Amino acid sequence: MRCHEIVELMTEYLEGTLSAGDRAKFEQHLVGCEGCQAYLAQLRTTLRVVSLMPDEPISEPLKAELMRAFRDWRKSA
Amino acid sequence: MSWLSEQGRQPVPQGRRAPLTFGPDVAARRVDPELERLKSGDEAAFEALIRRYHGLMLRLAMTYVRDRGVAEDVVQETWLTFLRSLDRFEGRSSLKAWIFGILTNVAKSKRRKESRILALASFLRVYDADSPRPTVDRGRFRGDGDWIAPPDSWSNVPLAKVLSGETMEQVKAAIEALPVTQREVILLRDVAGLEADEVCQLLSISAANQRVRLHRGRVAVRTRLEDYLR
Repeated sequence: MRCHEIVELMTEYLEGTLSAGDRAKFEQHLVGCEGCQAYLAQLRTTLRVVSLMPDEPISEPLKAELMRAFRDWRKSA
Repeated sequence: MSWLSEQGRQPVPQGRRAPLTFGPDVAARRVDPELERLKSGDEAAFEALIRRYHGLMLRLAMTYVRDRGVAEDVVQETWLTFLRSLDRFEGRSSLKAWIFGILTNVAKSKRRKESRILALASFLRVYDADSPRPTVDRGRFRGDGDWIAPPDSWSNVPLAKVLSGETMEQVKAAIEALPVTQREVILLRDVAGLEADEVCQLLSISAANQRVRLHRGRVAVRTRLEDYLR
């Protein structure tokens, strides 16, 4: 496998869905290829950054409304 | 209202409720302490749930409906539907997979009411999203398929920059620019942390399709970061 094929298999590699044979070929390539190692490192960093993306906070009036709905639900249960 | 039933299971037919038995299915089911607290009416548990998922739900809703006000309505309706069906939820899927399942269904039914132009535009983007084009510019490789100039591993970029607010803005912009089919998968997998099979069930897509969309979405974010993290 060449670099341009390896880069397309990176998510499958990270997901653990490559066949045993493809996984062996993938890892064999990776050992000898700094470019593909770097690309995989970039993808791992990307995943980490995406997972840390901050959320917008909920508005206080809506939160109060939802908490009221929760109390109503509990009373009717 | 099939989306009210838990993902991946046939709903119990009306008038034929499943008897309460403790077969292997029940035994294999993990008791979720958070779910138990919610069902018992623990306000702090509900507040924590809202804090954890609300922002992400809003982001996901805005994948399907453009208008922020409509997206906020979608999230609110999702929470209310969640409460209405909480007593019936037995924990066969994870709590978050169930919540995001309700959200995508509420959002998609709202989207159907939006304009035809938007529907056509998103159709074209869907069509484009699943094309088999390579995700890395062929110009980065030599004729034999090896890198011309290998990428940088970012190992020399200070962590403070990698995790900075500006980087997060880049990521957010990159995700917002994705076609809907990739955006929903990357948000559910990499932001909400759902499992691959949960996302396949929720979006009714194959495992292979889920991986292709996830890969294209991640690569698009990576490409944006490559221009920024130098």
